[in-house]
Amino acid sequence: MNAPSTSPLTDVVDAAPPQAPRSRVHAPGRWLIGLALPLALALGWELAVRFGLAQGRLMPPPSRIFAALTALARSGELTTHIIATLMRVLAGFALGAVAGTLMGALAGASELSRRIFDPTLQALRAVPSIAWVPLFLLWLGIFEASKVALIAVGVFFPVYLGVAGAIEGIDRKLLEVGRVFRLSQAGMVRRVMLPAVLPEWLIALRSGLGLGFMFVVAAEFMGASEGLGYLLVDGQQIGKPDQILAAIITFAVLGKICDAVLVAATRPLVRWQDTARSSL
Amino acid sequence: MFTIERLTKTYADGTRALSDVSIALEAGEILGVVGGSGCGKTTLLRLVAGLDRATGGRIAVDGETIEGPHPAVGIVFQEPRLLPWLSVADNVGFGLVDRPRAERLERVADALARVGLADYGARWPRELSGGQQQRVAIARAFVTSPKVLLLDEPFSALDAFTRASLHEHLLSLWEAGRQTIVIVTHDVEEAVTLADRVVVMRPCPGRVYETISVHAERPRDRLGVGFDKAKRRVLNALDRSLRAPDVERDRAAAQGDALWW
Ligand SMILES: Nc1ncnc2c1ncn2[C@@H]1O[C@H](COP(=O)(O)OP(=O)(O)OP(=O)(O)O)[C@@H](O)[C@H]1O
Ligand SMILES: [Mg+2]
Repeated sequence: MNAPSTSPLTDVVDAAPPQAPRSRVHAPGRWLIGLALPLALALGWELAVRFGLAQGRLMPPPSRIFAALTALARSGELTTHIIATLMRVLAGFALGAVAGTLMGALAGASELSRRIFDPTLQALRAVPSIAWVPLFLLWLGIFEASKVALIAVGVFFPVYLGVAGAIEGIDRKLLEVGRVFRLSQAGMVRRVMLPAVLPEWLIALRSGLGLGFMFVVAAEFMGASEGLGYLLVDGQQIGKPDQILAAIITFAVLGKICDAVLVAATRPLVRWQDTARSSL
Repeated sequence: MFTIERLTKTYADGTRALSDVSIALEAGEILGVVGGSGCGKTTLLRLVAGLDRATGGRIAVDGETIEGPHPAVGIVFQEPRLLPWLSVADNVGFGLVDRPRAERLERVADALARVGLADYGARWPRELSGGQQQRVAIARAFVTSPKVLLLDEPFSALDAFTRASLHEHLLSLWEAGRQTIVIVTHDVEEAVTLADRVVVMRPCPGRVYETISVHAERPRDRLGVGFDKAKRRVLNALDRSLRAPDVERDRAAAQGDALWW
């Protein structure tokens, strides 16, 4: 895709509307506002426990959670767990996203294949995904394969639905523009259909990634010796709420970082969009 | 030479949108098409552009029958229909991708200059006003130099001032290439300003009701006698076309009735 080249004109134009430059200036400020509430809550709890207003045994104060976190980090355990979890999510996400995109493209592009596949897929979607766990364990064993499969299933459906819906929703009027200029089938796909579905595809990938993080916890609950999910179960079994909270916080940060990376990596592709999505 | 012979279109649901329409245009001629709503004007253009198949009849450019989208025929839709993911310049060059880059850039720049948007090539379509977007769409259709250019109510969403300036842009593009132009419009004055001939269509089924030639020099003087006379004749024909089939009987009483199209 040819982005408009930068010229004096573009600079003038870009400075005026609320585009990239302005939001970049305001970005730190927005960050701080978003941080205010959690910081205030954390500080309040810390003080409450310090001054003996609350016990903090089941809900440890931030300082203890932080201590648990640093202990885990210093021993290198945290890195091991993060990498284990991340690898599972990425593998499952890759599988689910590729399969979901292909099936979605098939269902969106051809009415016949949609009639064939969609009812089955919709029925499978109605199954709570955790219900697959015993089957996957039987089929794929208790190690990585079954976990990755579960995550892939979770990622598959939002991507499939998003892509199929996006293709069905392509504006007929833009397709006619392609026809008037006699684009080949391949040209139509590359020059009209792909760019047209791109924004919705990226949104589908994002929700797929989010579900991937949900499912990795379920996958790691079903028996893992490492991973952030294991850290949760372990914390419960040895009665260490600070470890549980440390794992939860790590999950939150990790999920947010992955999402932000996905958004940042794909933003240049959808810079043309005329939407109010700057905050997403 | 652009000819439409006995063109008929019946939609799948049985709607007879066009019946037996025949029009012949010399190269470089500008034809205005007016008529009540639903009389098949858009259908006519879509058939010529190859976006729909005719039920019967023939369309030919310089003797070559047109059966689908054809490089000799370009179209400007009622909406700009720019591709939002391409810059203005890339939108204009959309039909030129198989040309060498240098030629493409030159022709795009030339077309943009002719519609008064020389400095806007690097913008996104969303950063243009409605009238500017429509100008880009016109440039996009002109830039591949089709022999026949179809415009379907291209200016109907714009105010009178913008419209008048777009007429100038359109005529300036036309002077450079002398294409054959078919322009559908609801605005009789617009038809008389631009066209050499105005075809009045009547509905159910859509067909040609009357053809009126406009003899006046371009640029046309809206206050001139010839202009006014042609405008009256078109209005009159339009009025009668809408009250057909009792045409002859009511002709005398027709004067002054409100036009509802
Ligand atoms: N896809 C379609 N299927 C069935 N009937 C159609 C279709 N498109 C148009 N028609 C019918 O064909 C007739 C002509 O429609 P058309 O759009 O060509 O009219 P028009 O002259 O462009 O009207 P307007 O001035 O309101 O744009 C109308 O009666 C319309 O209802
Ligand atoms: Mg129409």
